Amino acid sequence: MRTGRHFHILILLAAVVAVQLLTLVAGKGFYLTQFTMTAYYSLIIIGLCLLMGYAGQISLGHAGFFAIGGYTSAVLTTVDLSAYKGSALTGILIKLSLLTGRQDLYGGQMLSFHPWAACVVAVILTVIIAYAIGVPVLKLKGHYLAMATLGFGTIIYSVVLGTQKFGAADGISSVPAFPLLPGLVVSGAPGLRVQNFYIAWGLVACGMLLLLNLIDSRVGRALRSIHGAEDAANAMGVDTARYKLNTFVLSAVFAAVAGVFLTHFNGGIGPSEASIMKSVRYVAIVAVGGMASLWGTLIMSAALNFLSLRGYFGSFDDAVFGGVLVLIMLFSPEGILQFDARTMVKKLFQRA
Amino acid sequence: MIVPDIMPLLEVNNIGKRFGGLQAVKDVSFSVQRGTIKAVIGPNGAGKTTLFNLVSGFLPSDTGTITFRDTAIHGKEPHQIAGLGLSRTFQHIRLFSHMTALENVMVGRHVKGRAGFLAGMLGLPGTRREDQAHRDRALEVMDLLGIAAFADTDATSLSYGQQRVVELARALATEPAMLLLDEPAAGLNMRETADMAKLIMKIRDRGITVLIVEHDMSLVMNISDEIVVLSYGEKIADDMPLAVQQNPHVIRVYLGEDDA
Repeated sequence: MRTGRHFHILILLAAVVAVQLLTLVAGKGFYLTQFTMTAYYSLIIIGLCLLMGYAGQISLGHAGFFAIGGYTSAVLTTVDLSAYKGSALTGILIKLSLLTGRQDLYGGQMLSFHPWAACVVAVILTVIIAYAIGVPVLKLKGHYLAMATLGFGTIIYSVVLGTQKFGAADGISSVPAFPLLPGLVVSGAPGLRVQNFYIAWGLVACGMLLLLNLIDSRVGRALRSIHGAEDAANAMGVDTARYKLNTFVLSAVFAAVAGVFLTHFNGGIGPSEASIMKSVRYVAIVAVGGMASLWGTLIMSAALNFLSLRGYFGSFDDAVFGGVLVLIMLFSPEGILQFDARTMVKKLFQRA
Repeated sequence: MIVPDIMPLLEVNNIGKRFGGLQAVKDVSFSVQRGTIKAVIGPNGAGKTTLFNLVSGFLPSDTGTITFRDTAIHGKEPHQIAGLGLSRTFQHIRLFSHMTALENVMVGRHVKGRAGFLAGMLGLPGTRREDQAHRDRALEVMDLLGIAAFADTDATSLSYGQQRVVELARALATEPAMLLLDEPAAGLNMRETADMAKLIMKIRDRGITVLIVEHDMSLVMNISDEIVVLSYGEKIADDMPLAVQQNPHVIRVYLGEDDA
């Protein structure tokens, strides 16, 4: 089981390298930009897959967590604190190298938070909000949970759309690059395209490894048992409420980290990232991927997000995701990898 | 001096539960001694399952107290009660779907493990060793109950009788001091029922106290040390099987006068 897991991760990495080489040979290096964005969206989606497919809880508000991560990072790295340079607090923050000076678009000096500091704050904020939302909301089941998380997503969308500080409908732009390590920078600069492609998919591979380990552990079995029969899980000593909550928070953190990275990669974030249609799309991809299949979900996420980002679906983008969801639910509710043409034919011709 | 062993493992005192206008369980008291098999019987609607759910924490009681291993457990959550060493099965089989029989039994090891989210995600050697130990222990239990051969089969694709045994193995894997069995013979044929009786005695012989709620008289009469009889939520007898069988009150309300 364990060797299989590592073997699959190696195949993923090999596929990533193959894609990069193919785009290089074909002279289509610009594809890597969409592949990189695809990776970050996939990070949200595998986190959501843990919540939906393994713990059996739905969230129609995950675009909200993505936005919390992205906007927190965008605000903190674009805020200009140079006016407060003299204050004691700013002095301490500079000493801790949490603040960093840089030039703005017009050559003026700016003093804002280092992207690492912003990233940590974004994750902490997400954890706090996810706990605060999760405690009351996860008492609900099924449709009710879906509606409550939908409500949460709507609130986040309205807040980012209606707040001047968040750029209202324009969002926040000129977000700086994120220097991860010396020589490793999350940035949309064309010269860093290959590097960013690898950073993004490296992050996805790490995320996959963590989640694959988790689902085959004590906690993972507990989560799957909640999905299978919640009362029996409880009778076996599984604190079901706590496990559901922790999973909700963990998947929110995956979404927030994706938000932080993609915002630095794109150099900005807009309210559409927080929209309900995004949340619905994430849920649809998990469903298409087979709910309780991290690999199926990742494959479908890579394919659908890439096609969507390349604009293959044109103005019918959302319609395609909706349509795919309807078809999968009708003909292959266990996910597209479990698709069986014979069952489909049978279903088409049998009466309801 | 009284040695602690004389103290009953489970003590139910004046427990009561009302659902709207129905007094499902009324003022019931009984105790279960360590290392014995006790059965709760009664006609349909006598309050057996309600009583069972009160003891295992699935329902809050209106009145009374329940003490297990000298700890008050009324008002505690089911997972807390399970953590104290009281494990249960379900009348309607509740196996975890999309998990193998072994994985189902390994969930029973949950209370004995410690690894949390972080340890699980990192999959460090120590965590893996702990996991392997639980896997081995779960397999031992399955072996004891004769279902080790189905370890890697999807649990819900097993036969009904096998599923019942997997459920039993899952409850046993928690290494409980006491096992609550909710109609373990429900849906089993005569031969499977006889096998189940043997398994329950085997479990008792390993020092695990057993409380059974059962409809099937043939099962409990043969294996129980003591039997509580409920009728309309009230206890009408609490005695050894033979005495219960001869108790005129029991014969009237439960066995039916003509059948006795």
